[in-house]
Amino acid sequence: MQTEVVLLQRLHLDLLLSQLQAAGYQTVGPVVRDQAIVYDRIQSTADLPMGIGDIQGKGSYRLRSRDDAALFGYVVGPQAWKKYLYPPRQLLMRAEQNSRGLQITAPDQEVPKYAMIGVRGCELKAIQIQDRVFLEGPYSDDFYRERREQIFILAVNCTEPGNTCFCVSMEAGPAAGPGYDLAITEMLETAEPCYLARAGSAKGAELLKHCNPSHAPATLLEKENALWTAAAAQMGRSLNPEQASAALKSGYESTHWKDVGERCLSCSNCTLVCPTCFCSGVQEVTDLAGTSSERWREWDSCFSLNFTLTAGRPIRQSPGARYRQWISHKLAFWQDQFDQSGCVGCGRCITWCPVGIDLTSEIEALNALQTKT
Amino acid sequence: MSPALLPEVWRISDFRWETPQTFSLSCEKPEVQTRVQTLNPFRPGQFNMLYVFGVGEVPISISGSPENTSAQIHTIRKVGAVTNALAELKPGQSLGIRGPFGSAWPLHKAKGKDLVIVAGGLGLAPVRPVIYAALAMRSEIRSLTLLYGARQHAEILYADELLSWQTGAEIAVHITLDQATQSWQGRVGVVTSLIQAQDLDADRTLALICGPEIMMRYSAHTFLEKGLKPEQIYVSLERNMQCAVGFCGHCQYGPHFICKDGPVFRYDKVQSLLNTREV
Amino acid sequence: MEIKEDAIRKQRHFKDLPTPYLQALIRCAHLQTFAAHDFVFKLGGKAEAFYLIQSGTVAIEMFSSQRGSVRIQTLHEGDLLGWSWLYPPYKWHFDAQALEESQILVFDAKAFLEQCETDHEMGYLIQRRFGQMMVERLQATRLQLLDFYGDQK
Repeated sequence: MQTEVVLLQRLHLDLLLSQLQAAGYQTVGPVVRDQAIVYDRIQSTADLPMGIGDIQGKGSYRLRSRDDAALFGYVVGPQAWKKYLYPPRQLLMRAEQNSRGLQITAPDQEVPKYAMIGVRGCELKAIQIQDRVFLEGPYSDDFYRERREQIFILAVNCTEPGNTCFCVSMEAGPAAGPGYDLAITEMLETAEPCYLARAGSAKGAELLKHCNPSHAPATLLEKENALWTAAAAQMGRSLNPEQASAALKSGYESTHWKDVGERCLSCSNCTLVCPTCFCSGVQEVTDLAGTSSERWREWDSCFSLNFTLTAGRPIRQSPGARYRQWISHKLAFWQDQFDQSGCVGCGRCITWCPVGIDLTSEIEALNALQTKT
Repeated sequence: MSPALLPEVWRISDFRWETPQTFSLSCEKPEVQTRVQTLNPFRPGQFNMLYVFGVGEVPISISGSPENTSAQIHTIRKVGAVTNALAELKPGQSLGIRGPFGSAWPLHKAKGKDLVIVAGGLGLAPVRPVIYAALAMRSEIRSLTLLYGARQHAEILYADELLSWQTGAEIAVHITLDQATQSWQGRVGVVTSLIQAQDLDADRTLALICGPEIMMRYSAHTFLEKGLKPEQIYVSLERNMQCAVGFCGHCQYGPHFICKDGPVFRYDKVQSLLNTREV
Repeated sequence: MEIKEDAIRKQRHFKDLPTPYLQALIRCAHLQTFAAHDFVFKLGGKAEAFYLIQSGTVAIEMFSSQRGSVRIQTLHEGDLLGWSWLYPPYKWHFDAQALEESQILVFDAKAFLEQCETDHEMGYLIQRRFGQMMVERLQATRLQLLDFYGDQK
């Protein structure tokens, strides 16, 4: 069945947002804060970063003013949607110890219902990659599942990729793949942008119906197609996933890791901004009386020294070994573990690395070393 | 919430010191006593996550018999905050348990074979269940041998049980110590010398190895020298673990998660990783 | 008593020796019984023999007045004992004590070395076998040195 493409105006987007809110969704989307685009609660399109773009490079991110009224004219910022599905801190359990003995209870928490506005193709793919980790293994993570089951995804097809992007290499964009409820493409033909929209689920189709939209004219569809083609050709980076995986496996003991280790600060930025990184640690927090205790899960990073603490001693002691673990997991072992790459080509790890380490260049360097020998 | 994620409350039914630093906790589930539930069945080689109130969780392999339906035994060395806290527990007190998790020793492959189990130090604990299970199906296994290496006489685990096995005819038990005092009348030398001394029928042998990583590596080498293929050798690995269900990422070992793909691995799956630093 | 080739083939490294070499070994060997606590050789003694254990147990030990007798390794059926006869100063560096009644093939090292002088081919082969045994002992000792069962970090 051919998906119907309809034409929306900005007022329709506001209508969609209010309908979602009426249906009990917390609408979250891009806003400008601390000189960056981050994800937070939004009420209407007035909260969106209108006319704001960004300039990204290795270890560099700056907002810029656009000369149009684009609401989605930026490339992905430092945050990923994982913070809503897999929060940085999660209470796992409560324990009480008193005269009746030990009691352990699951946290009784209300599960927020999020409508995510402005999910890029790469980010949608990242959510699906985390689904595989948290839902499709031998065990399923209840906290993730409860949130995931009730999200609404409004995807925004990407037409202006950034300098650190390579989603085309990872088959994650620039247009959003399946899995969204609604997907829109922002068209900047006229002073006031308009939007081509497609429903990807019954929920999305139902919502669109209420907007009473008009059919998209064929000329606009052609232009949309041209935008995607142009976007795909404008990727600032590229990576061959098969080659990368092979290079990492054969170069596992390369001297190159020592070289990266001398540059890497082990700061964990790349793992925090990465939309697929899922590692966590647990903290036990007790009250002063010593009668109740809570167990919290917190985002952790394979770059922290104590991540591999085994029988009192960390196993990956050198920064180079920790970087090797991160990149090998992302681009090679993930394939063995989950039948897909752990990278979506969003470029965040390149942009937000304080010393500008670029995983695509590291793969090239590794390749060059191997072909030399 | 899934019982894999939320610990159940169990009770200590027995506490005993095995060596100066190592103790065994027998744990029973109150619900089993009241016949509400059966004890979580486990396969030899699997582990539980033990939770001490206010301190935290730690992965411990199950070291009792899989046929014991009233209690599960864990043999634990005092090495960190949680294991030190576990050592303070008394019979009657409670702890939290999640599990069992992980892969098991491939005992089904021992049918008609010579089963050689090599344990080093505390590594005897994770293989004791497979010894029990092998003894239970002894007639189906051609021969059963335990080779055990320990540091000192006082650090031999399950000494009484080893002695009773040694006096029986069902399992051949050979023990060697790294450091011997005058009280020790048995073998002295590294555990690989026990493997070396075995007259193995390489094609019909299944080897299970558990102990410190270096010990497993050299034991596996010795089996390879004796003509075994890597596919006939199994090892049990240990890494930092926080969730035990494949979410926390800590136990990753190359392409493997020790918690769900391991802890028991066929040797060829981890052979090259075992020879690599900082994996 | 006649010594059979099989008695020597018990030793892993001698298993595949050509028959003439086995005969050469047999020519300078005799079987000796050591009672429990008998010393096969003692620290500082002249190293004029090497040994192949047929049954029983022999411990390699070092004695000190502070620590008493420290047992380094025990040797058993099929194990070779002694290599100090190969190189100067031809003196034993440890004690070797039988821990139980042990049947041991004792080889006259001087006589054997004389045979090797006339047959370098054989000498080379036997040296290789002893070399391999020594490497194995060294590796085992290094592993013991690691003390890998301990708690030490």
